[in-house]
Amino acid sequence: MAKREGLEVSIAVGDAAMLSDVDVVSAYPITPQTHIVEHLAELVANGELKAVYIPVESEHSAMSACLGASAVGARTFTATAAQGLELMHEVLYVASAMRYPIVMTVANRALSAPISIWGDHSDAMAVRDTGWIQIFVENGQEAVDNVICGFRMGEDKRVLLPIMIHLDGFQLTHVIEPIELPDKKDVDRFLPPFQYPLPLDPEKPVTMGALGSPFIYTEVKWAQEINLEKSKEVILEVWQEFGQAFGRSYSPVERYQTDGAKVLLLTMGSYSETAMVAVDKMRNEGKKVGLLKLRLWRPFPYEELRNAVKDAEVLIVLDRAISFGGPGGPVCSEIKAALYAEEKRPQVIGFVGGLGGRDISMSGFEEMVNRGIEIARTGSKREFEIYGVRE
Amino acid sequence: MAKAKTKEKPRAKGELSWKDLEIGFFITDPGNSVETRTGDWKSRRPVVDFKKCNKCTLCYFYCPEGCIAKNPDGYFEADLFYCKGCGICAAECPKEAITMVEEEK
Repeated sequence: MAKREGLEVSIAVGDAAMLSDVDVVSAYPITPQTHIVEHLAELVANGELKAVYIPVESEHSAMSACLGASAVGARTFTATAAQGLELMHEVLYVASAMRYPIVMTVANRALSAPISIWGDHSDAMAVRDTGWIQIFVENGQEAVDNVICGFRMGEDKRVLLPIMIHLDGFQLTHVIEPIELPDKKDVDRFLPPFQYPLPLDPEKPVTMGALGSPFIYTEVKWAQEINLEKSKEVILEVWQEFGQAFGRSYSPVERYQTDGAKVLLLTMGSYSETAMVAVDKMRNEGKKVGLLKLRLWRPFPYEELRNAVKDAEVLIVLDRAISFGGPGGPVCSEIKAALYAEEKRPQVIGFVGGLGGRDISMSGFEEMVNRGIEIARTGSKREFEIYGVRE
Repeated sequence: MAKAKTKEKPRAKGELSWKDLEIGFFITDPGNSVETRTGDWKSRRPVVDFKKCNKCTLCYFYCPEGCIAKNPDGYFEADLFYCKGCGICAAECPKEAITMVEEEK
């Protein structure tokens, strides 16, 4: 029986990769992801993890080496953050288009300039359209569980897609939490060995990454889109099976105190934990406020989101990234689009906040909810407002 | 005069559906590029005057596509299925036996 122990989340994430029997880790260290890959390098060096650790000269190379490893059928893991994720940007598209089920944890961090090592979701939002399955986790346990689930989802023959697990830099990566690391034999039962259907093999040669001229490019991209959309069924299935095996199950849109809620707040990642406390307080004061936590970001869970908000009057969305000169945060604008055609839908109010590691406290979330309700009543001069900026 | 062997018809590529593709658009029949008509976008094609040609083989060696072959009469001719019309054969021919002619259709 696995037991809960106090672990630094980054170390636990590395252990989760080891429990998943990764064959290859190719990574370049960057704050706040560093402890994850340092730990894996140690595990390989001291012989605990029978894997190849490829030290590379950049994140572009890290992801490129992951492609090669995955192409021969190796279970492949990497991790990055912020500028590192941006540096591997073009290669991310190749990983998804060539259907390599790489699992990558992203220790979410703000993008320069000004240089900031602290957390927000600008890095994640910049890679929104790269074709990866993307999951935002709220705490260390979710990070561990979703690394294991990630391999199972990605390697499913119906999916074969890379997966990003987003966990907030510092707020998650550098805290010590009570975490239950599953027993190896249970993980082995849950996660069978990886068998890539068409690996690079001299006995059975294939061409990967051939030229796609105008006559075929559209078909290739459509096949990719349908494949990503359909992966949701498998994601749900894997989360459910994980729940049966380990007692913790996950859903694309998690509801917290939403029964009878007229006002809903929607958050992603670790800030959801503070938001829960704020919601508890408001509930105790008799306010009908609930919380939605958007865990699955790609493929976007339209059905689950629409169902979750259909009885609410106001939906307040917190984005931790700005789409400069655009309609506000990427999450809020996608939610607005998802609800546009619904007959019955809440008013959607967008806030941007928590940028570059700026904390949002419990009373901060309360303030945001109150301001959201006020905007819903009286309107705002802006498409979205920023929370906590000094005037 | 016998002609060098030229493919008759390109593959019916335009009929492939997105559902027919291998995962990741991988190609599982190695060497299938021989079926691809790489010469269909050339603007000029080489025409050989066999009266001037002395079968020196220079065009055969210079052709970057490797599409020039010996015909049954021992003369060298380009396979227009693959020839991209670059004109290197015409430029290199010491007898000026090769003329690049505009593709009109």
